[in-house]
Amino acid sequence: MNIFNKKSTYIIRFTLLVLILFMIGYGIMRSEVLIVLQNAINICLDCIGIG
Amino acid sequence: MEKSKKQKANSLTKQRRKRSLVQALGALIINGNWKSFLDGTIYKGNLKHVCLPVLNCYSCPGALGACPIGSLQAVPNSAQFNFSYYVVGLIALFGITMGRWFCGWLCPFGWIQELLHKIPIKKVNPKKKIHQKAIWLKYVLLIIFVIAFPLLTQDRFGMSYPAFCKFICPAGTMEAGIPLLIANPALRQLVGLIFSWKVLLLLITVIGSILIFRFFCKYACPLGAIYGMFNKISFYHMQCSANCIECKRCARVCKMQVEPYKTPNSPECIRCGECIEVCPVNALKLGFIHKTNHDLQETTKATKLDEKPE
Ligand code: SF4
Ligand code: SF4
Repeated sequence: MNIFNKKSTYIIRFTLLVLILFMIGYGIMRSEVLIVLQNAINICLDCIGIG
Repeated sequence: MEKSKKQKANSLTKQRRKRSLVQALGALIINGNWKSFLDGTIYKGNLKHVCLPVLNCYSCPGALGACPIGSLQAVPNSAQFNFSYYVVGLIALFGITMGRWFCGWLCPFGWIQELLHKIPIKKVNPKKKIHQKAIWLKYVLLIIFVIAFPLLTQDRFGMSYPAFCKFICPAGTMEAGIPLLIANPALRQLVGLIFSWKVLLLLITVIGSILIFRFFCKYACPLGAIYGMFNKISFYHMQCSANCIECKRCARVCKMQVEPYKTPNSPECIRCGECIEVCPVNALKLGFIHKTNHDLQETTKATKLDEKPE
């Protein structure tokens, strides 16, 4: 069955977009970006297979 | 108006060249910190606050951004949080806007697999039944290694390790492990059993990609699995109009084994656009917003196909 008629798809897209933007904003407020940065600027021994 | 065979062949070649060029440029820019390949270090600048939209190891010497799958594990692995609103939000933002377009046009690891597939030896086209079952593996890897492990293996300080990166990711071995070990003798002292296991997985991925188009993307990439779930609702999407004459040329040209005339927004579609070029009646469209009458035609078409017995 085609579950998405056009109107509901638009509503789902825009609702999700707003929710997503709030999530990103909340994550930035909690300083999650610093954890991302910390992991990304140090050589990750696990990633390269020697951790 | 129907396109001639020659016109179709030309536009398909042009589309392939255009995509290869974008992929090459994307790989060079995403991994633009070239000098670190020589001294065995990695980029430590501010751009690494942000996740890239593609699977690209952040320990690759050239990487200018963070890997979304690495970061998705890193935040719950830290002592502070169990869930990352920021990383999940960013991945969802990439997914809702473009779906798997990033896989088809930007991902360096996807591009490497395509280059490997160009090696001229006999190719394998997995049987539909086997393929349909195997594509679920990437969801299993996503749930077990990316989501469950960081939450279930925390120590008493709430810290854990990135299980997908540690045990599975061949992109990490290829883009980070091998270049860093070549350039950095201190790291070579640390090589052990896990590295051998990861090299074995990389070898399987390389051989798999030579034989099967985008072997890792089809069956193992957790980011492809996430983006695939967005393909149906992403702003950038495909539609098949009622003009379709069901000649199935689109399905025959698709190397991701999608049937775009039936499921234009299949989770497996990487938006390469090749099917659009071969359609003799221009029934397939890929873009952000399509004309309303086209929308209606698509609904009619989808309903028509849904009603068809298997
Ligand atoms: S499936 Fe994964 S590896 Fe393949 S193109 Fe998409 S993000 Fe890249
Ligand atoms: S359905 Fe079309 S756009 Fe999608 S992967 Fe197949 S050929 Fe490419």
